[in-house]
Amino acid sequence: MNLDLSPDELAFQEEVRAWLAANVPAEPLPSMDTAEGFVAHQAWEAKLAEARLAVVSWPRELGGRDASLVEWVIFEEEYYRAGAPGRVSQNGIFLLAPIVFDHGTPEQQARFLPSMGSGEKVWAQAWSEPEAGSDLASLRSTATRDEERGGWVLNGQKTWSSRATYAHWGFGLFRSDPSAQRHHGLTYFLFPLDAPGITVRPIAQLDGEAGFAELFFDDVFVPDSDVLGAPGDGWRVAMSTAGNERGLSLRSPGRFCAAADRLVDLWKERGAQAPEVRDRVVDAWIKAQAYRLYTWGTVTRLKDGGEMGAAGSVNKVFWSELDIDLHEAGLDLLGADAELAETRWMDGYVFALSGPIYAGTNEIQRNIVAERILGLPREPKGVQR
Amino acid sequence: MRFELTDEQTGFAEAITDLMRAADAVAVARAWASGEYAPGQDLWKRLADLGLTALVAPEEDGGLGGTLVDLVVAFEVLGHELAVGPWIESAALAPQVDGAMVTAAAPPLSPYAADAQVARLLSGTPGALHQSIDSTRTLTEVSDAEVLDEEALDRAVLACAAQLLGAGERVLADSVTYVQQRKQFGRAIGSYQAIKHQLADVRIALDFVRPLVHGAALGEVPVSAAKVAAADGAYRAARTGLQVHGAIGYTAEFDLSLWLNRIRALVTAWGTPAYHRGRVLESLVG
Repeated sequence: MNLDLSPDELAFQEEVRAWLAANVPAEPLPSMDTAEGFVAHQAWEAKLAEARLAVVSWPRELGGRDASLVEWVIFEEEYYRAGAPGRVSQNGIFLLAPIVFDHGTPEQQARFLPSMGSGEKVWAQAWSEPEAGSDLASLRSTATRDEERGGWVLNGQKTWSSRATYAHWGFGLFRSDPSAQRHHGLTYFLFPLDAPGITVRPIAQLDGEAGFAELFFDDVFVPDSDVLGAPGDGWRVAMSTAGNERGLSLRSPGRFCAAADRLVDLWKERGAQAPEVRDRVVDAWIKAQAYRLYTWGTVTRLKDGGEMGAAGSVNKVFWSELDIDLHEAGLDLLGADAELAETRWMDGYVFALSGPIYAGTNEIQRNIVAERILGLPREPKGVQR
Repeated sequence: MRFELTDEQTGFAEAITDLMRAADAVAVARAWASGEYAPGQDLWKRLADLGLTALVAPEEDGGLGGTLVDLVVAFEVLGHELAVGPWIESAALAPQVDGAMVTAAAPPLSPYAADAQVARLLSGTPGALHQSIDSTRTLTEVSDAEVLDEEALDRAVLACAAQLLGAGERVLADSVTYVQQRKQFGRAIGSYQAIKHQLADVRIALDFVRPLVHGAALGEVPVSAAKVAAADGAYRAARTGLQVHGAIGYTAEFDLSLWLNRIRALVTAWGTPAYHRGRVLESLVG
């Protein structure tokens, strides 16, 4: 058992660290959920891509570096330590790209991945519907076959679609076989958000910014070439995204360790005025370290050919609660100043509050942990529509 | 980079588990609690023969020269299988190459010597003997105990953390078994979310304790961080385990009580959580 990095890994770490030190903007960019901030974040992505640092784990020919999982974790650690901007391309590069690699045709890979990796095209996810949240398989939006034009016609409504206000493309599931139930008869579609028939209605989030949107589909035509995986196989295809989202790829330890280090710095500054916050500072730091070490365990297992599986749910509950713990401790240290809306701690806190809800609520994750890891009996299902 | 136990370490853990189960370690613990020490001394000898007390003693002193990771692997099993006797003292604090059963007080961290009625006191003068809430453990007052070096104390703290982790895992496993068998309102109580989510939270908590215990053994984090997390995780397992068992869990007769009381004792043994939180902070702010 050891956590030593190889000479190549150390060299990679050094290169990333030096590049970030020279290039990370001194002032934080405006929020990516504003028109101005969105463009600024896209420009940052382009700069990252130019240095081949936007998607390090992708193949070279698609703009990456073929980085190993260990190198990816190193990259993320350095990225957040350097205080670099949030990733506006996150939904595409972390959630959709793994599926395009696994299920996309070579033509789709060549058409979609380069502009996704460079941040030129930003992708939004379209999973939830007004009546299908945690129970995603009850979704009602439809895809009707159009043989004449060689494609499908989408109708219905999606909601809580992150980044959709300013994004260029969307991805989501639609019911393509009306006679099939639940997980069957669903198809995975890719669609430009400016396609005729799509209406995007921004929704202001808790902090007032339009971080997500509602999408209305009125006879939206999607050609066969924009179906991901086989028609009817959408659930299976999509579930690999869900595993990615709640597991490793969306939440690297780097961001939490960086926040924990900032929390310790804040304690040095403010601790004397708020000694009662001590235990929360220490516990948040310990948990961030636990997450870092746990991740190295996961990386080791994946390197050995293991799978994330239901452990992704263990991971998701932990990081989402850790994120809130870290920021609550920071706000408590700030005392009355915590209320000042523009502080980095308040920003981070409001963002962290969404963690236990998105990517599968923590209640759903606890069900998965209880049923698939502890082996407890499944909850009897309610009446099905 | 490889953050996982070796096959050898996993095999060592299995060997200890097998030996303790074959010896009916729970019956041994109950005998120990009633003052009948022979079965416990016999099991001690067999575990010492496996190399437990000599594990981290240097090879030049006749020890096995094992790592602290080896040590925590062994102590997690000792917690899981309810080992009795002063293992922290004899295998971690002051490793005994000859398998001797020794004990020590290390004030202020650990003001009492455990099991001094059967173990040799390494230093100081024994005073009054008290019963621990853990019926398998006694606490003896000691005056003029020798001051021990920090490295030895850190090993004891780490071993205590690993033992807490093992005890927490055991309570979780037994609780999962129980809620699958116990039926109320016509269903296994383990099918209710109110029960499932509590046990899921214990699973999650313990899954993040183990990397800290292993990481502390590698020197990646202070041992105090591992002790804080292990005490919190095991204590959560104990509270939840008792709650999902209901009244049967609240009886001395039911074996669960042995682990519940062990956990409560170890939470404050070898430094309270408050002490160790202070120590972690000190390491961070200098």
